Amino acid sequence: MQLLRRDGILVERPAFGLSAGKFLRVHRALIGASGFYVALMIVFIGAAPSVFLKTDAYTAVFVSLPLLVIIAVPMVFVVAAGEIDLSFASTVGICALVFAEATQGGVNPFVALVLAIIAGVAAGAANAILVLYVGLPSLVATLGMYFFLRGIVQLVSQGIGIPLDFMQYSFFTRLFVGHIGSFPVQMIWGLGLGLVGLFLFNRHRFGAHICAIGDNMLAATEMGINVRRVKALAFMYVGATSAIVGVLSSLININFFPTVGDGLLLTVLAAVFVGGTPAWGGVGTVAGAIVGAFTISFIEPGIIAIGLTGFYTQFFYGLVIILSLVGHRFAVRHAR
Amino acid sequence: MNSEPPLVELRSVSKSFGNVYAVQDVDFQVRRAEIVGLIGDNGAGKSTLIRIIAGVHEPDSGELYVRGRKIARWNAAKARDAKIETVYQDRALAEQQTIASNIFLGREVTGPLGMLKVREQHAEAEKLMRYLGFTSKVFAPDSVVGRLSGGERQGVAIARALYFKADLIILDEPTTALSLTESRKVLEFQLRAKEEGSSSIFITHTIAHAYDVADRLVIMDRGRIAGEFRRGDVDLEALIANLQAVARTGHLEAAR
Repeated sequence: MQLLRRDGILVERPAFGLSAGKFLRVHRALIGASGFYVALMIVFIGAAPSVFLKTDAYTAVFVSLPLLVIIAVPMVFVVAAGEIDLSFASTVGICALVFAEATQGGVNPFVALVLAIIAGVAAGAANAILVLYVGLPSLVATLGMYFFLRGIVQLVSQGIGIPLDFMQYSFFTRLFVGHIGSFPVQMIWGLGLGLVGLFLFNRHRFGAHICAIGDNMLAATEMGINVRRVKALAFMYVGATSAIVGVLSSLININFFPTVGDGLLLTVLAAVFVGGTPAWGGVGTVAGAIVGAFTISFIEPGIIAIGLTGFYTQFFYGLVIILSLVGHRFAVRHAR
Repeated sequence: MNSEPPLVELRSVSKSFGNVYAVQDVDFQVRRAEIVGLIGDNGAGKSTLIRIIAGVHEPDSGELYVRGRKIARWNAAKARDAKIETVYQDRALAEQQTIASNIFLGREVTGPLGMLKVREQHAEAEKLMRYLGFTSKVFAPDSVVGRLSGGERQGVAIARALYFKADLIILDEPTTALSLTESRKVLEFQLRAKEEGSSSIFITHTIAHAYDVADRLVIMDRGRIAGEFRRGDVDLEALIANLQAVARTGHLEAAR
């Protein structure tokens, strides 16, 4: 063991492995996001102990929290690759429509799920073509796709929902959005998919290529990485998970709503950035995005439990997002 | 003499950007265990030439042979598979990533299902950097490249070529912006690689460096090869005189 001075801080450096200082530096975004979440929960528990010391508050939040997690995780890949995807909210809608139409037409729900995922991957591929082959900036291209896909949903559904009550007690519904005791099963699916993303990002070639591309696209090209292929995979990954969210969301409500997914647009992006993934690409944290999804999901029930009206919700969303981004900004030491 | 086909050979290769010829009708070859110094003015086409060999630029016309075999649809991934490694002027480093991930960039050590072998990559990175003479304790495989000095970054880029046991190492201005001792490390590395049978092509503006280590010096001017020397055939002063003549007239003969 030895002590050495780095960045003006004394750190203890063991003979091998990660030193405490290095651990903090490598995981500073995740640690910051987690600290922020814990602080927020302490405020809520302190202000409304009667609500937040009971499990009901948590199981209620866990009904919809996984929807946020499931898309925020692949969104980290897109953002770390230096792109953005705004179209996913409408992809959720179109995939939910595919699932609802198919199951209502008598298609086996598992087959309908696969059809929805195919639609989601196709939407991701369309984004990839516009961004990577036509050369549009992803912000603009996916904004266009956002309106375009939602427009298709509106046209096809004529703005009318599709009831799925015939599925209410089916095995399929219980498998994906049932309860174990009072614990929503979709939370297990959400965290499971989150773990897959965590592995892909940190321990798989895919994640390494994503970061290399977002960091220095020329270098990635020169080193033989197929930039288009990797970025296209990231867009299709978001598309596929959007499809899953579309299906879960419809099952939770036992109804297809033509607006399904719209509420996720800004909350998913907020979860990614509050989680500590910077907007400039090259780095990102999947675990942070999961924590970010927790933070975002607890704001609204927290505000209501404290006794404030719903009018405060957006105010506090804004405050939390800005505060946590400012926090992350200061945690990142190297200049850009 | 040497009946072995050249490691890499270009035949009447041209490449233009818009209506400007960066490389025009160039024949070029590099043999096994040969060090070729590529010299010439800015805009002479040196960088374009090596980027064609590295598979980053596709030539508009001409043929490319590797170990005697004609290769179609040459690209960066194929070049790396053919054991051609390039150390770029910008060093092609991803600054927010670690030393280990940069060394293995694009060719990670993976197990089943594309899983990264992180420990193995770290161990190899550590070994390589030690071998290149970077022994500072702060200089660990998981240090972020953005925090390194110019020489250390060059070391990371060279470590790539070293790990993949390149048969041909292409260095684009490897000693520019390096301190004297750091430059020496790079030149020694080229000589050591040659002893082990590897070839290298390097671009430099420091004629003395080229003269010190190159077996053959190729002078480029306005997209063409203006002439070439074996090291024994010319002394440093005559070489510089020739270079100046080429810069004035575009021809080598004028100096003689």
